[in-house]
Amino acid sequence: MSDYDSIIIGAGHNGLVCAAYLARAGQRVLVLEAAAEPGGLAATREFHPGFRVSVAHTLHHFSRKIVQELGLTKHGYQPGELMNTTGLSADGQHVSIKGNLVKGVSSADAEAFSEYQAMLQKFAAALEPFWMKTMPRIGKNSLKEMLTFAQVGLKLRLLGADDMREFFRVASLPIRDLMDENYDSDILKAVLSWDAVIGSTQAPRSPNNTVLSMLYRMTGESGGAHAIPAGGMAGLVNALAAAAESQGVELRYGSPVKSIAVEGDENGQRATGVVLGDGERLTAERVISATDPKRTFFDLLGARHLEIEFTNRIRRLRTDGQVAKLHLALSGLPNFSGVDQPDGRLIIAPQMDSLEFAWDDAKFGRLPEQPALEVLIPSLREPGLAPTGQHVLSAHVMYVPRSLEGGWTETAKAELQGKVMQTLAQYAPGIEDLVLHAELLTPQDLEEQWKVTGGHWHHTELAMDQMLMMRPTYEAAQHSTPIPGLFICGAGCHPGGGVMGGPGHNAAGEILR
Amino acid sequence: MTAEEQSLRHATAPDPYADERLTLSPFHARQAALNIREAWSEWNGYRFADYYYDVEYEYFCIRNTVGTYDISPMQKYHVEGPDAEAMLDRMVTRDVTKLKEGRVTYVCWCTDTGRMIDDGTIFRLGPEKFMLTCGSPSLAWLKKARFGFDNLTITDMTDNIAGLSVQGPCSCATLKAMGLDGIDQLKPFNIAYFDFAGSQLMVSRTGFTGDLGYELWVEPQLALQMWDALYAAGENYGIQPYGEAATNMARLEAGFIMPDMEFHEALKTVHLNHDQSPFELNLGWLVDFKKPHFNGRRALLEERERGPAYTLTKLDIEGNKVAEGSWIYADEGCSKHVGYVTSAMWSPAVKANIALAMIKTEHLKGELWAEIYYDKELRQYEKIARCTVADKPFWAPDRARATPPADA
Repeated sequence: MSDYDSIIIGAGHNGLVCAAYLARAGQRVLVLEAAAEPGGLAATREFHPGFRVSVAHTLHHFSRKIVQELGLTKHGYQPGELMNTTGLSADGQHVSIKGNLVKGVSSADAEAFSEYQAMLQKFAAALEPFWMKTMPRIGKNSLKEMLTFAQVGLKLRLLGADDMREFFRVASLPIRDLMDENYDSDILKAVLSWDAVIGSTQAPRSPNNTVLSMLYRMTGESGGAHAIPAGGMAGLVNALAAAAESQGVELRYGSPVKSIAVEGDENGQRATGVVLGDGERLTAERVISATDPKRTFFDLLGARHLEIEFTNRIRRLRTDGQVAKLHLALSGLPNFSGVDQPDGRLIIAPQMDSLEFAWDDAKFGRLPEQPALEVLIPSLREPGLAPTGQHVLSAHVMYVPRSLEGGWTETAKAELQGKVMQTLAQYAPGIEDLVLHAELLTPQDLEEQWKVTGGHWHHTELAMDQMLMMRPTYEAAQHSTPIPGLFICGAGCHPGGGVMGGPGHNAAGEILR
Repeated sequence: MTAEEQSLRHATAPDPYADERLTLSPFHARQAALNIREAWSEWNGYRFADYYYDVEYEYFCIRNTVGTYDISPMQKYHVEGPDAEAMLDRMVTRDVTKLKEGRVTYVCWCTDTGRMIDDGTIFRLGPEKFMLTCGSPSLAWLKKARFGFDNLTITDMTDNIAGLSVQGPCSCATLKAMGLDGIDQLKPFNIAYFDFAGSQLMVSRTGFTGDLGYELWVEPQLALQMWDALYAAGENYGIQPYGEAATNMARLEAGFIMPDMEFHEALKTVHLNHDQSPFELNLGWLVDFKKPHFNGRRALLEERERGPAYTLTKLDIEGNKVAEGSWIYADEGCSKHVGYVTSAMWSPAVKANIALAMIKTEHLKGELWAEIYYDKELRQYEKIARCTVADKPFWAPDRARATPPADA
């Protein structure tokens, strides 16, 4: 008999969600995590004595269904208060968004914004049935699978003819076009675009569904607004781990998996367990990988066990991340000019073209001349993250190439950090004097330290050709893989990345079917 | 205008079509002299003889004496390194791990969905060294197939190895007369090496005629010297080069498949299911399900359970009208269309009207009728002829397998 019913590789949120559901259904489940704590890119860690932070720093669409079904509230999860988003302007004329209201723009823009938000939220709601369901296979459909399509079709149809037409028009639009149609304010445009492009290798003018990516992020009751849960991101991660353990899941940290064990005979191949870094072998009825597709299929399984065309489809997945992360330990609260209390999301992209220009630099392997930033001071929301009176600054930096021309040398990292600090200092004069410690994580650092290919937030680019029943590719888009006994449940699966939980939830559903 | 004339005419100006012109085989100088009909076609970018003198004459050389066929344009790849065996074993449907050093095996390889990409042969030249030969360029597929096998190199040797097939009942005697001592002890699908002109000549007992025959592999610089030695030795046997047309006759009698006749390479096929599976081509014996994994295994296993939609079938057709391009019916009234002929000929050796045909598998047991169109001095005629399924190759003489072969 196998040691476990299921072994899950990776205790990121999707691995934990999947584990909890399987154990709830009576399975003996082991989760193996290479790091010392759960959460993956959402894990909270001390980066300087007394200062803690997580790479993913807010929540905006974590599935309410999962919260309820796994009883996460009972395990300490409390969604935080929704945050404002502020687009910083060099002249102090900031643009501030709260819910469906915007301040700091013309009355025409403000009016358009309410309508625009309402429309997008309606579209996001129509797509809702897509996210928490396994995608149908093309060609071989069960009735249940066809119903998923039918349900979305019906929801779209119920929008009414005008809205449905508009949905099809905007879903695949570059976000830039949608912005130009609706607004005059450059900062408003840039701020709204941020949520369409963040974490991806696309800029506002890039063709290919940036609007669709944004609609995915607007799923859920917050309508796209971000929040930090009670206890920081650890609040969610710890609740997930506790929920899993309460169902009987065994969690092992500091246990990197070296390979997925495959046995083969005249009946074909089968995944039978894993081999750990220290050589220990564990067997299971099935292995479920929450890591990214390339790491799963190439590094842990080995392409030789796969078929050639399938291998090639995984190989060509676009997996280079373009977001760096800056963490600052600050001796005091920085003063952002014109911002009363910097406890929301601050976006520094003062022109619509700021994002595009930064992307142009990055796509040719260069550092962005002027990086665009999403800045948060999580310690204002969650005081436990820094010593009393001191603060943590957490910033996403766009766009930063995974493969920098000339490589990621210490000099290159210092240069990028200098640019980011210079940008911050423009809006928060004197901030450099508050810095006790700085940690800059390039996409390559994310790849190496978090074991995620390309350092890509979403494991593989969230773009039309890699979404829905194409995510990560056909023959693996329903969580099963060409290898019997091997499943995938990470962000490389439909519906995709972000801290949402859909892939883990859907994978468990497929396995228990 | 031949390339030589072209180059003479433009002796002073560079040839604007230099990159477009066909490559000349290492044996070209001798073959051109013997191609008295100037019947040239093309194979993989090489100038290649359709026939030299007369198709039937060349065919009878294969069956009665000895002929040579230029296989230099065949694609040849060296796959070398610690991962070479595993990489090829995963790519092809047969078990390469069982192939011993000094042996050759016939293989095919498929897409993930079990459709045939190409067939060819694998030579095991050493513990970690293989040569793969096939009819069409396959480097792109090999590059895809090698991903995940880091410790190997793939080298396209096509232009670096001259290949000449020596086929027919007098082939062994000719090679013996050429001085290849012990050639008569070489068993089918074995490889032997001989000293030649201070270098090495590799000989495999392989071929595409179903007859006694060998294939000679040598560095291109020695090609003409080898040709001269071979032709001097074979003079009394009436050695004669043969081209594509005679090859096609011989291989059909032997029941071998030909690309673009029996099968359409899967990677070049646009229409759904217009390619074939090994089962459809009656090559199920090449598919080794004892192997836990090879490309297309899952799809082929499903197909084996389900049964192939079509089966390539050898037909003996009544009468003497060649059933080229014929449709096959389940009844004499031609109301139920059940297949199509892929290759057909009157076989001089067997004295039979033979064909290969793709027949819907479910109809194999029933009656089969060919609707044959033929012409007589420009007038078109039609004939419905009864077909009998033949289980064995039409031509498979004992001498093809005998070691040593009987003296010619």
